Amino acid sequence: MASLKELKGRINSVKSTQKITKAKQMVAAAKLRRAQAAAEAGRPYALRLAKVMASLAGKVSGEGAPRLLAGTGSSERHLLVVVNTDKGLCGGLNANVVKEAKAKARELIAAGKKVDFYLVGRKGRAPLRREFGDAVSKQFDTSEVRTPGFTEAEAIADELIALFGEGRFDVAHLIYPVFKSALAQEPVVNQLIPVPAPEVADTSTSAVEYEPDEEEILTELLPRYIKTQLFGALLEREASEQGASMTAMDNATRNAGELIDKLTIQYNRSRQAAITTELIEIIAGAEAL
Amino acid sequence: MALHFELVTPARLVRSEDVHMVVVPGGEGDFGVLEGHAPVMSTIRDGALLVYKTEGGSPEEIRIQGGFAEVGDNGLTVLAEHVEG
Repeated sequence: MASLKELKGRINSVKSTQKITKAKQMVAAAKLRRAQAAAEAGRPYALRLAKVMASLAGKVSGEGAPRLLAGTGSSERHLLVVVNTDKGLCGGLNANVVKEAKAKARELIAAGKKVDFYLVGRKGRAPLRREFGDAVSKQFDTSEVRTPGFTEAEAIADELIALFGEGRFDVAHLIYPVFKSALAQEPVVNQLIPVPAPEVADTSTSAVEYEPDEEEILTELLPRYIKTQLFGALLEREASEQGASMTAMDNATRNAGELIDKLTIQYNRSRQAAITTELIEIIAGAEAL
Repeated sequence: MALHFELVTPARLVRSEDVHMVVVPGGEGDFGVLEGHAPVMSTIRDGALLVYKTEGGSPEEIRIQGGFAEVGDNGLTVLAEHVEG
């Protein structure tokens, strides 16, 4: 049986832990609202860009298509762009993303392809290094900025496009968590490069004049499209992180509460037991006289 | 007579309003867009968008970087990567 003093100490330590988890939960809730608003605000751009892409990609195809759309013609070397968070305390979010990335990598390796990793965020590094040590060649640090925005997405996209230009990989996949709700964030795998040809919208609308011409516009548009994809992934990651963190911290706060109740009962019982023993000793002593 | 004008960046919808005319710094030269303009898609060089709210009024300048302008049935849409101010 732990002594009264020890129990008191444990209760206090659990109480301070609870304070921390509660604070983190409230911070995450506030940040989640902001992240969701940011994701909402980014949607019009992505939608319009996708629409323009669809109408253009339908017109420019075959021989003249840029490499970012047509690919290198082979699919031997794959690059997995894995988007993880920079901070922990968000439940199984990072573990799930890493699991998805590993599954995809194993599938590709089993099919005889070469797999490389490009990591965004700090939390995915250790587990992926452990399994695919030398395949993790590049990473992008987003931990220094408070909320990764379009500038970061731009930097990542530029680096990826440069790598593609050098012929370092044939196909790039983007793996990131998609925010469904505060309780559910699902990792998804999307093909990033070559840009998958979007559904061709009806091109029956009146003849559009292109300035300079379709191909040149498409060549300019594709990098932008990739940037937007990455930006979207960063926004989703932000919302997922805060959502997962909120849920995890809510659970932790509740667990701490239960633990405090249990320890308090134990503490009161021991105190009673100590008082009873003392009383018995006094009475027994008095009777002996 | 009004032209529906939308300016969108990846971070937000900056403008969505009816204006008289917009002068766009196109990749191959500036062009003005009035209501009923023929459908055009053009690249943009870094420069200033001139937004004329009313005919003959003084223009409002919006500096933009990198993007596209699209004129369709529902007006002018400018997709810019960065907008200053």
